[in-house]
Amino acid sequence: MPELTMGELTRILRECAGEGEGVAHDGEFADTLFTDLGYDSLAVLETASRLKRDYGVELTDDEVVDVGTPARLLELARRQIAARS
Amino acid sequence: MNAVVVTGLGVVAPNGLSTEEYWNATLAARSGIGRITRFEPERYPATLAGEIRGFEPAAHLPGRLVPQTDHSTRLSLVAADEAVRDAGLDTGQLPEYGVGVVTANSAGGFEFGHQELDNLWRKGPEYVSAYQSFAWFYAVNTGQISIRHGLRGSSGVLVADEAGGLDALAQARRLLRRDLDAVLTGAVDGSLCPWGWIAQTSTGQLSTAEDPALAYRPFDERAAGFVPGEGGAILVVEDEAKARARHAPRIHGRILGHAATFDPRPGTVPADDASALTRAVELALADAGAVPDDIDAVFADAAGVPHLDRAEAAALGAVFGARELPVAVPKTLTGRLCAGAGPLDVATALLALRDGVLPPAAHTQPSPRYGLRVVVGRPLELRLRAVLVVARGLGGFNSAMVVGASH
Amino acid sequence: MARDVVITGVGVVAPGGIGSKPFWDLLVSGRTATRTITHFDASPFRSTVAAECDFDAQAEGLTAEEADRLDRATQFALVAAREALEDSGLAGDGPDPCRTGVTLGSAVGCTTSLEREYVVTSHGGRDWLVDPDLAVPHLYDYFVPSSMAAEVAWAAGAQGPCSVVSTGCTSGLDAVGHAVRLIEEGSADVMVAGGTDAPISPITVACFDAIRATTPRNDEPATASRPFDRTRNGFVLGEGCAVFVLEERERARARGAHVYAGVGGFASRCNAFHMTGLRPDGKEMAAAIETALDEARVRPDEVSYVNAHGSGTKQNDRHETAAFKKALGDHARRTPVSSIKSMIGHSLGAIGSVELAACALAIENGAVPPTANLYEPDPECDLDYVPLTAREARLDVVLSVGSGFGGFQSAMVLTRPGRAEQ
Repeated sequence: MPELTMGELTRILRECAGEGEGVAHDGEFADTLFTDLGYDSLAVLETASRLKRDYGVELTDDEVVDVGTPARLLELARRQIAARS
Repeated sequence: MNAVVVTGLGVVAPNGLSTEEYWNATLAARSGIGRITRFEPERYPATLAGEIRGFEPAAHLPGRLVPQTDHSTRLSLVAADEAVRDAGLDTGQLPEYGVGVVTANSAGGFEFGHQELDNLWRKGPEYVSAYQSFAWFYAVNTGQISIRHGLRGSSGVLVADEAGGLDALAQARRLLRRDLDAVLTGAVDGSLCPWGWIAQTSTGQLSTAEDPALAYRPFDERAAGFVPGEGGAILVVEDEAKARARHAPRIHGRILGHAATFDPRPGTVPADDASALTRAVELALADAGAVPDDIDAVFADAAGVPHLDRAEAAALGAVFGARELPVAVPKTLTGRLCAGAGPLDVATALLALRDGVLPPAAHTQPSPRYGLRVVVGRPLELRLRAVLVVARGLGGFNSAMVVGASH
Repeated sequence: MARDVVITGVGVVAPGGIGSKPFWDLLVSGRTATRTITHFDASPFRSTVAAECDFDAQAEGLTAEEADRLDRATQFALVAAREALEDSGLAGDGPDPCRTGVTLGSAVGCTTSLEREYVVTSHGGRDWLVDPDLAVPHLYDYFVPSSMAAEVAWAAGAQGPCSVVSTGCTSGLDAVGHAVRLIEEGSADVMVAGGTDAPISPITVACFDAIRATTPRNDEPATASRPFDRTRNGFVLGEGCAVFVLEERERARARGAHVYAGVGGFASRCNAFHMTGLRPDGKEMAAAIETALDEARVRPDEVSYVNAHGSGTKQNDRHETAAFKKALGDHARRTPVSSIKSMIGHSLGAIGSVELAACALAIENGAVPPTANLYEPDPECDLDYVPLTAREARLDVVLSVGSGFGGFQSAMVLTRPGRAEQ
């Protein structure tokens, strides 16, 4: 598995849930709310399910609901990956 | 009772990805039937289908919708978009719950479902997509169209195999008579994946011919099954007074009458029994306030299966007697589109009414034994005021609809 | 002259009991029929609980051939239809076939049989190009669920309008609503209408796992379905069926039929919001309720019982509570509201009919079924949900609602027989 970077997460997100609709520029993407990027709760769930399969990351129901932004999702995932290694 | 008019048409068909493209191809008898390309059909008993080729979802739909939709849902969204544009419908201008969506379906987003069964059984439960919870099911097209256009009125989904598409249009008319201003209705259907294919070949009713010119020849001595296809039509239907009040850009025609019936249990009557179908046609005429002489042409169900063709010819004979009523079978150019067939035939009938011309059937040489004047060779120009559309579903479903010209 | 519609026959196949009597007994007892899945080995799945029917097709009168060929949901429908027809007194000496129709609700059709046959024809999931030589001859009947309505029509001798209504989890309610319209407009005098689903199979369990809609409370299967409870965390998948005989009222009266209830009103709306999500304010469900009450010509404060959708997901129960408050005003706090999904789970396209059967039986028996497992009310769900214990009550006007994927929101009003004429 490649290291989980924002670039990699963005790729997974697009693969799972399609191209976003937001106007965020590259720099702003990470801190823009999923909903503003055009990604709904199912998009986040689908992405979470891929993170579980590929990286062993398990997000709770509340984390999935409350995660908010790609940056926060990356942080949660990396923390779990780091705790394991 | 107020008239129900069709103000918008959206067509996706194997021989045309818009209403005008389809109509031009149909008048020119350009067929969309060919060898299946979506999967390798070599090992299957039937290898021909009416596929919609060259469809790029990203060119028509937002990226977000692509991973969560089956091919047939994407096509239905494209047809709905065209219908809304054609009708000049600004849904924001209509009452909050004034517009609904009623579609028919036969097997849902079956290819999507096949993919997820493959994921589950080849890889494991954690590989099943979150979108499987709705992308395959029968209600998906109504739901996605309603979301895309913000339509919150009374809506629905009907399944009656190939007859369901006309039933959906009839349900839309019913809703307009109660409280809706407009309804997006019809069906876009198709299950051209290996798993859907063996379900269809299991009926033994598909043509096993490999030459598209010999495959689907309803009412022909050599009829030996049909070719399935994908596609259909979505229509905008409105209460006429309301359509006129909002200055709808055009009125394609009227939905005048409908009836649905169900055949007696197989084995209790001969296989070519026409009693229930005859009754559907008679009741549809009665519902339209029409007598047989008012009908100028028929768009036939045209199963291409001899006993079903006999039943349909018998029903038309029983209602219309010895009249030489022209019979159009444009579906010889597209294949049978499951639930999408009826709405596409209604759309085609409206275009025929508009232009005063019936499209020819391809490949068929009508046998005199059926006593039907099937339009073949080239388009037949004639004055049309009202047309009967017939749709039948496997298992005994009969649906008949009368549509009339806009004037 | 308006044609009114009444219910003259009820048939039920439900977890915890086959037949409307065992079904009603279970509901008023407050017992639950949820358990660890036995239909297949569910251990690899996130949610392993379900409400299953103990159903033996041949013991219920189907032939060995029908037991083999028909999908389980179709079998349920045949058994429930037969009970409803016998109950109505129309079995045998049936009504005019041409004036009799069928509408059957189902969200997922013959999905269980489709999956079973997929596993066979794909060689255990290995081959994308499934093997046509392994396909059963009746595979098409599983492929297009209208086959289910066809079987019921043959059994009932119906030759009028026939179709499946498939609007996700409101299918069972919408199918009855559709049948009511067909009788009102004169397309039929008698309709055999209901809903059926038997979705407890790996693919269905997996897809609800994927969106975390079902409860992962696997260690407490009997109390896993907890509508309106603070600790609720998803619905429990169920299976079942209910079928009604609906008749034009004067026809039923003329033949001296027993009438369970009149169908006073029906309405549906779409939320056009999200395929699985709900707007928190319950606006569209409220609109459906208001329209159904208007049609029934009853005021909100005349509603004597509300049978809730009450699926036990976090979002549904809040959405619905908001809808009741919006549509019924202050009366929402005074009228009993309950969810029988606490006992029999959520049978998708069947449940709307099964819940409507509960409403008809509630009017008939003068009791409100409880919401089981409701020990710690969610502060955001602050209505009278009839926790744990059934209540005796004379019910004149009963409201049943449903909410389905695709955004469908439906409401139906049943009235006590004779009420309309008073």
